Amino acid sequence: MNAVSEPAVTEAGAAGFLHRFEGLRARLPGRGLPWLVERREAAAESFRAQGFPSRRVEAWKYTDLAPLTQAGFGEPLTPVESALPLPRPAAPRRVVLVDGRFSQDLSDPDAPVRSLARHLPELEGRLGALARVEDLPLVALNTALFEDGVLIDLAPGEDGGVIELLSVTRADRPVASHPRHLIRLGAGAKLVLIERSWGHGEGRYLHSPVFEVEVGEDAHVTHARMQQEGKGAIHLSTVFAEVAARGTYDSFLLHAGAKLSRSEAHVRLAGPRAAAHLNGAQLLGDGQHGDCTTFLDHAAPDCPSRQTVKTVLAGRSRGVFQGKIHVHQVAQRTDGYQMNQALLLSDQAEIDSKPQLEIYADDVKCSHGATVGELDEEQVFYLRSRGIPAAQARSMLIEAFLQEAVEGVTEEAARAALAEAVAGWWERMAA
Amino acid sequence: MLKIEGLTAEIDGKEILKGIDLEVPTGEIHAIMGPNGSGKSTLSYVLSGREGYEITGGAASFEGQDLLAMEPEERAAAGLFLAFQYPVELPGVGNANFLRTALNAQRRAKGEAELDAMQFLKLARERMRALSMPEDMLKRGVNVGFSGGEKKRNEVLQMALLKPRIAILDETDSGLDIDALKIVADGVNAMRGPDFSALVITHYQRLLDYIVPDRVHVLMGGRIVQSGGPELAQQLEASGYGSVRAA
Repeated sequence: MNAVSEPAVTEAGAAGFLHRFEGLRARLPGRGLPWLVERREAAAESFRAQGFPSRRVEAWKYTDLAPLTQAGFGEPLTPVESALPLPRPAAPRRVVLVDGRFSQDLSDPDAPVRSLARHLPELEGRLGALARVEDLPLVALNTALFEDGVLIDLAPGEDGGVIELLSVTRADRPVASHPRHLIRLGAGAKLVLIERSWGHGEGRYLHSPVFEVEVGEDAHVTHARMQQEGKGAIHLSTVFAEVAARGTYDSFLLHAGAKLSRSEAHVRLAGPRAAAHLNGAQLLGDGQHGDCTTFLDHAAPDCPSRQTVKTVLAGRSRGVFQGKIHVHQVAQRTDGYQMNQALLLSDQAEIDSKPQLEIYADDVKCSHGATVGELDEEQVFYLRSRGIPAAQARSMLIEAFLQEAVEGVTEEAARAALAEAVAGWWERMAA
Repeated sequence: MLKIEGLTAEIDGKEILKGIDLEVPTGEIHAIMGPNGSGKSTLSYVLSGREGYEITGGAASFEGQDLLAMEPEERAAAGLFLAFQYPVELPGVGNANFLRTALNAQRRAKGEAELDAMQFLKLARERMRALSMPEDMLKRGVNVGFSGGEKKRNEVLQMALLKPRIAILDETDSGLDIDALKIVADGVNAMRGPDFSALVITHYQRLLDYIVPDRVHVLMGGRIVQSGGPELAQQLEASGYGSVRAA
């Protein structure tokens, strides 16, 4: 069973991925489902037409995909191994994907989470309902190539509890995985999802998941995202969320690993008093590039949205924040807030911040701001004057800046996991 | 003993201290009074090691150690404490964490055992009761959202915990109502003893009704222009700094 021949690493660039699609199309899950085959073919065609985005595209002005387009990637090996060292669980129930494939062995059978690949026949009309491919080549690629992912369905009123979704990639060879995750909360349902992307080793790999999250009326989802990929990784994720009346999509994004990461969130507040929190923190060390890009669509009246993203940059690193808020004409009494703060620890680091407000309603409260700064020497001196050595004083202030970002996460388990990840990152940096 | 000889310092090329000579023997409390812009705050910052001041001449030592050659944290570990005129806010740094980190850093520097969280809390609560400080001030961010009086009390709490051998109080009375002033003064008076000295910097005589100094010095134009006993403070209060200028 283990004597599977190792698939070759493809040629570089979009052609390599298309080539892989040609080779895989007869083996991809759901090949017997005409609607899915059609969708995959159309997506591959869309990707062929678009190619990988270049920096000439406005939305990609600050993030260069050269590390992705200039390298070759291969498909993950089958079968899935179970003897992987895994990080300590962040929640009582955990499900695990290895190289983009759901691992039954490593996952808690009691979690209300299923393998997407095993339930594809039920998903006609739903898969791809939120994730559009026309102007999003990475989503097109994911749609063409996804092999698996998770499926979470909560009935009206159901409490899904706290679940960790751990995606592990073995970086001993340059695999590319494109998992697709579908999450749906019925009216009044509740879920805390701690999503973690974790990498083994130092090597190059691509992890490019797509989420489609439907939040029903009065439902509440906490989506704590922790990108802790391996050092050579490229992480490109896209989340689509649609929130019905009085529902809440409460997300927090942490970028701590990977060489190159970009997380895009497309959130649509579709019913009155739906709410979105798109907070985050990027922790970037030497040689890392992190990009947090959000599109927030206020498509109904009386919706609040909150967004605070903090970035700490050390060494030769680059951070990007792009936040677009679109307030439709119908979305009266929108209450939007967006804040982006960056702390530069080195003069070789760079942050690019682009807020964008498009407002078509007239009764709207929308504010945004951005700050970029170094550590406050007045604060450093205050600590030193109390006997705290300079390095420790700086460390305390940076950690304070970071911990302040996660303090707003109201779900205890999610906040604890995030706080631990932040503290761990800073300890490694300060060492 | 704190000993300052011929100390001159400038900031951005402008000379502020023009030759300070001052001795504060161990166990004594001295007051420095002076009008705005006389160099009072500069003196306190130069002694505690804040960056941005160019020392152009003279010397300052504490118990024989050359203060000016030491880092701010080394001065603190040697027993020097500056109570800030404007205590700095540290959002995201919990007050309890800050106080314990500072206390343990100094204990470490002195080769003493560090306090664990329980030992520290017990000590901090005891000191806070003495200063009539509500316990929730431990849980808040350092000085964040504190009133002017609370900030000054927090300075005195730090002093009470860190037990310096010499404290420099930089206009600790500014912005305090009379009740807060008494609490702060009680905090300082409680430290009084043969091993504790203080330099109380103030614009007004009011604070010196509660912290009675052994000596009073008048700082004007970057120099000590007059020194005397506690009665000098009252004299200044009555006749103003103009009378000194005339003298």
